[in-house]
Amino acid sequence: MNNKPSLADKILPAFLGALCIVWVYPIIMILFNSLKKETAISTNTAFQLPNAESFAGLENFVNAVMSKGFIDAFVTSLIITVTSVAAILLFCSMCAWYITRVENILTKAIYFSFVFSMVVPFQMLMFTLASTSDMLNLNTPYNIWVIYLGFGAGLAVFMFTGFMKSIPLEIEEAAMIDGCNPFQTYFKIVLPILKPTMISVGILETMWVWNDYLLPYLVLDRKKYSTVPILIQYFKGSFGRVEMGPMMACIILTVLPIIIIYLFCQKHIIKGVVAGAVKG
Amino acid sequence: MVKATKKWWPVFVLPTVAAFMIGFVIPFLEGLYLSFCKFTTINKASWVGISNYVKVFQDAQFWDSLTFTASFTVVSTVLINVLAFAIALALTRGLRGTNLFRTVFFMPNLIGGIVLGYIWNILINCLLSILGQPLIALNTSAGYWGLIVLMCWQQIGYMMIIYIAGLQSIPNDYIEAARIDGATSPQILFKIKIPNVMPSITICMFLTLTNSFKLFDQNLALTGGDPNHATEMLALNIYNNFYARSGAAWKGIGQAKAVIFCIMVITISLIQLRATRSKEVQQ
Repeated sequence: MNNKPSLADKILPAFLGALCIVWVYPIIMILFNSLKKETAISTNTAFQLPNAESFAGLENFVNAVMSKGFIDAFVTSLIITVTSVAAILLFCSMCAWYITRVENILTKAIYFSFVFSMVVPFQMLMFTLASTSDMLNLNTPYNIWVIYLGFGAGLAVFMFTGFMKSIPLEIEEAAMIDGCNPFQTYFKIVLPILKPTMISVGILETMWVWNDYLLPYLVLDRKKYSTVPILIQYFKGSFGRVEMGPMMACIILTVLPIIIIYLFCQKHIIKGVVAGAVKG
Repeated sequence: MVKATKKWWPVFVLPTVAAFMIGFVIPFLEGLYLSFCKFTTINKASWVGISNYVKVFQDAQFWDSLTFTASFTVVSTVLINVLAFAIALALTRGLRGTNLFRTVFFMPNLIGGIVLGYIWNILINCLLSILGQPLIALNTSAGYWGLIVLMCWQQIGYMMIIYIAGLQSIPNDYIEAARIDGATSPQILFKIKIPNVMPSITICMFLTLTNSFKLFDQNLALTGGDPNHATEMLALNIYNNFYARSGAAWKGIGQAKAVIFCIMVITISLIQLRATRSKEVQQ
């Protein structure tokens, strides 16, 4: 189309640019404040840049890492996220394949229970879930993936079945005629075709598990383990004076890896989110 | 082939279904049962019938948090969708820097609710102290609008992406044909663009409605319900009934509230889906 650049087209970029600055400002502000000395941080000077007097270098970051347990929490979060997402991708895609290929009342019932579970708010089962997982010893970072697999199965199975329906049956039939059993058919034929959906589901589930606060807070053995969101909440939730410096350093240390990963895999992330939303 | 696959269920279906039982079905059913009980732990529960539900409806705080949640949900849903759609319109005009803008607007969506809550807690408190207002922990309206700003900041990027996808899928011929017929820009917007992105609007409305209604992390981190439960949304209210109030009775009431909350979320989802689906046009 050949419309002339209107007045709107000239003003809009400037306006959007300004909006972008507003958008990133909160994070920049936390970054500046995390570089200030503990004594220099106060609510009414939070908008000011650190100056020669208040600049603390990386002191808060060192403090957060050395004495506030940031590394432990980060590693715990990492273990939980990796194991849970891996389990969800593997088991839910297998389950989705089975219930699309074997259609009977039972698989339909399973499918609808999964869809139903997507709508149910976590508060409905938080108390009972916490005691069930205590009873079954699922309260460590190494076992909690079972809970995530169960609670996250809804979305994953839903997205996988949506895609599975579009795979032509002939390919799988050919493999079976050539002597593959269902296990081999699945891993050699179906799984490679699923790769794009795997990435989408993987991104959505990673975002959920990594940022989740309440489930690990209630399920994990709190005396031994904490995740990054739990650690940040703990700064404020514990009694006594809030140590703002280390807390803001923790926030930056949490946000920074996410932003870096995002800048590198932007395309996949945005595609994954759209796929999840359009199917959801 | 189906037959050959069928007996492989222990490999394919069992792991997920077993985890689903542990992580969803059993806790859900137990939760339903416990909402009719007085209890401290699952094993120490005694049946009390519907008295928990009666107490929920007598609890003033339940009504306060329901009103707060409802008003927050309506305002944030409208704001997020209108703003996200406006930005999506601006970003589908082929302007320079579109990719950069899209990247920046989407970013907050990746950050977790707790972290977002504290970032805005610090920012809003600074703003309030410069303006000479009481800080957010003592300031109900700042808490309310703070939550709305936070929610917009987090969700606009996400919804914008969905709207962009919707707008880009409208065939250019439609718009060109309308222009040749002499349609003005507002006419093209309301008669062509909006009806054709109705599926995206359905999805975004659904997501923003349920996200806002179920909001917990952001609420906990930004205001924590202060001052005196005035900014406490339903999810946080339920949580506090369970873990912050003493007395066995409150756990049962909390569970009953959770059941009511669950029914509300399901109802909203169903009504909303039906309402917007009926306005969609066939392409």
